[in-house]
Amino acid sequence: MKRDVLLDVRHLNAFYGRAQVLFDLSIHLYPGEVVALLGRNGAGKTTTLKAIMGLISATATHATFKGHTLGKLPTYKIARLGLGYVPEDRRIFTDLTVDENLETGRREAVAGRAPWTPERLFRLFPNLAEMRGRRGNQMSGGEQQMLAIARTLMGNPDAILLDEPSEGIAPVIVQMMADAIRAMKAEGVAVLLSEQNWAFAAGIGDRACVIERGEIRFQGSMAELVADEGLRTETLGV
Amino acid sequence: MDPSFLAVQALSGLSSASSLFITACGLTIVFGVTRIVNFAHGSLYMIGAYTAATLVPRLLEFSFGPTSFWAGILLSALIVGIIGVIIEVLLLRRIYGAPELFQLLATFGVVLVVQDLVIQIFGPEDILGPRAPGLRAPVEILGRRFPSYELVLIAAGPVVLGLVWLLLRRTRFGVLVRAATQDRDMVASLGVNQAMLFTGTLFLGAFLAGLGGALQIPRVSAHAGMDLSIIAEAFVVTVVGGMGSVPGAFLAALVIGQLQAFGILIFPKSTLVVVFLLMAVVLAIRPYGFFGRAEIVGGTHAIGIASHKPLPGRTYILLVVIAALAAFPLVADAYLLKVATEILIFALFAFSLQLLIGVGGLVSFGHAAFFGLGAYGAALAVKWYGASMETALPLGLALAALGAMLIGAFVVRLSGIYLAMMTLAAAQILYAVAFQWVDVTGGDNGIVGVWPSQWASGPVPYYALTAALTLVTVLLLRRIIDAPFGYALRAARDSEARAEAIGLRIRRHRWLAFMISGAAAGLAGGLYAFSRGSVDPSLLGISTSVDALTMLLLGGIQTVTGPLIGAGVLHFLRDQIMPLTSYWRLVLGLSIIAMVLLFPRGLVGTIRHWQEQRA
Repeated sequence: MKRDVLLDVRHLNAFYGRAQVLFDLSIHLYPGEVVALLGRNGAGKTTTLKAIMGLISATATHATFKGHTLGKLPTYKIARLGLGYVPEDRRIFTDLTVDENLETGRREAVAGRAPWTPERLFRLFPNLAEMRGRRGNQMSGGEQQMLAIARTLMGNPDAILLDEPSEGIAPVIVQMMADAIRAMKAEGVAVLLSEQNWAFAAGIGDRACVIERGEIRFQGSMAELVADEGLRTETLGV
Repeated sequence: MDPSFLAVQALSGLSSASSLFITACGLTIVFGVTRIVNFAHGSLYMIGAYTAATLVPRLLEFSFGPTSFWAGILLSALIVGIIGVIIEVLLLRRIYGAPELFQLLATFGVVLVVQDLVIQIFGPEDILGPRAPGLRAPVEILGRRFPSYELVLIAAGPVVLGLVWLLLRRTRFGVLVRAATQDRDMVASLGVNQAMLFTGTLFLGAFLAGLGGALQIPRVSAHAGMDLSIIAEAFVVTVVGGMGSVPGAFLAALVIGQLQAFGILIFPKSTLVVVFLLMAVVLAIRPYGFFGRAEIVGGTHAIGIASHKPLPGRTYILLVVIAALAAFPLVADAYLLKVATEILIFALFAFSLQLLIGVGGLVSFGHAAFFGLGAYGAALAVKWYGASMETALPLGLALAALGAMLIGAFVVRLSGIYLAMMTLAAAQILYAVAFQWVDVTGGDNGIVGVWPSQWASGPVPYYALTAALTLVTVLLLRRIIDAPFGYALRAARDSEARAEAIGLRIRRHRWLAFMISGAAAGLAGGLYAFSRGSVDPSLLGISTSVDALTMLLLGGIQTVTGPLIGAGVLHFLRDQIMPLTSYWRLVLGLSIIAMVLLFPRGLVGTIRHWQEQRA
């Protein structure tokens, strides 16, 4: 059965001032799949996610989410279409408690799907359950990362742009992140995952997309990339 | 001392603290979310007072009783809240991303517009509101009579604090407002429409300002001018409490209320001086106030003069300018010469401010302090020591430089919005001193009989003197801007951290810049005093500071010659238009807003930009 594409971005170009940072980049995402966006530091992974989210100005010949044209939509409208975003520096509201952080992300679920509730999310991230009243600035990096993902899930998104969830986090928590991403996938949430941690990405990605200096170098199944050691060494150094 | 007297003083301190807190609370919430220091907050307070003073008596005629009174107060606050929404949608929404100088100027434009509109709508007379039904009789406290309405006010502050606290802690709106205070982009990424959030915040802030104003009507009559006096106090409260912090504003209001109540015992005439000392001490120990945080303060938005290729034939242009200045008396009559003299003085004043803002990125909102110190220094020397102009001018300059040294010592520790607030407060204090220390300064009447020496009197000689001094000072400042000192200031303006990392002593450079700029402004002030023959407190007022800023804006903040051109154009226009209309402030206010929105480069900046686009 041919599924409808969820996120479809073609020929994305972005600039910082006069310097072009993304070149004709095309990327797509089907419902419920995990696509790993791989590349070295500064390759343009974060920029790609921000451009899709409308946080930086960029142009694309075609950009749709669930059939809606993204065009020049403001960020909040893109988010309301059901596209979640978890930034790389997590950006937890440090003055707000865990519960309040979750509240900021809350949006009604589309009919017919079980909505994410704090209780369900605490089953996914048991650590958070023990600190519901704690403020963001009293949490470890890993706990903040969990909260950032949980906060975005509170909006019941169809897809999440997840920027380097494993960065600066203890290995045991990285394992927990992988489990959480699999659980999200099981719920039908698609994930576009920007990663530098190859083992982590290879473990959970269905497809892979390698970018180098703002250009796509490889797009295909994760198995293909795992097999192609030459390309990996050249573009990722792994 | 009589304990009953102390008790009553403390109570009246509490009641003014309450009133102050209700108003300042709105200001600090709006700042927290939008990062805009809303000058028009005082105007909203004034509208609240006028509306209530007009509305409540009608409601009381309809049905006399406490219900009508309090309904009228709340209704007035609601109306002001809606006005706040209108201001947000029409203006603030368009300048959230603008440099803070533009935000301050644009909201000050609203202040000017409202001043004229209020007089137009409510009439020029002060309006005394009715007293609250049921609260007319005073109560006895330790044998002294105390107005019972004041007791209600004392309770109103904590009640508002509690309600605002509940709103911010217990509602989704409050959670989102607090989240947006910290990270607006992230809130948008979560699907929250910021525009609605900001509009809601402005409604809340304006409602509180309106409530603060409306609650005053049984105590003071609604009058034009209450906008600027409350905004200065509200600024002090928010700065001392920490910008964006509601509990901080409450604590600061309590402290300031008591200081004002008991400050009367120390400085019977100027409690503002005590308040200023408190602000200076608090900011010296905690630069971001009681509960403020460094990251909330902007300061990243500094704009200023950019480097350009030197104009070809600069020397010839300079010679032409000198020739034109020298030849002007040959063609002009006495009136035009007087106008030209004033233009030159204001050009010098605006140019001295450019050293702080354009070069140093230090948005001083109280530059009138130095202009006024120069004028008063010269005038006092004439009045009390019979000094000649030749002695009085340098004395005025020295007093301004000394003032800049003192004020600068405090403010160079600050940046961005805190610096703007602190300079404004300093100028307001000096204004209060000039206004209230009648024995020395002549109070509102000022000092008269400040005439130039024989050789310089008459339009032509005084014009020549002014032209010569202005030219020399401007060239000197110009040289300073291009010296390594000027580069150091610009480096610190563009990136404090990098400038410090290459070993620049930023604070020392900025302090020196304050003194140089203050001295130049003081010279302008002294020249102005002798051209007018008198000085009065308005020279130290906010509107004088804003005049200089408007000249900068009009000419172009990113250019060196902009302030000179801006001074000429603004003063000329004022001279032409002011006699024709009673709406000068409305026209000026709307022009400032229009310039910020449509024309932020200014005259010279636009021409420059246009030339560079062609090249």
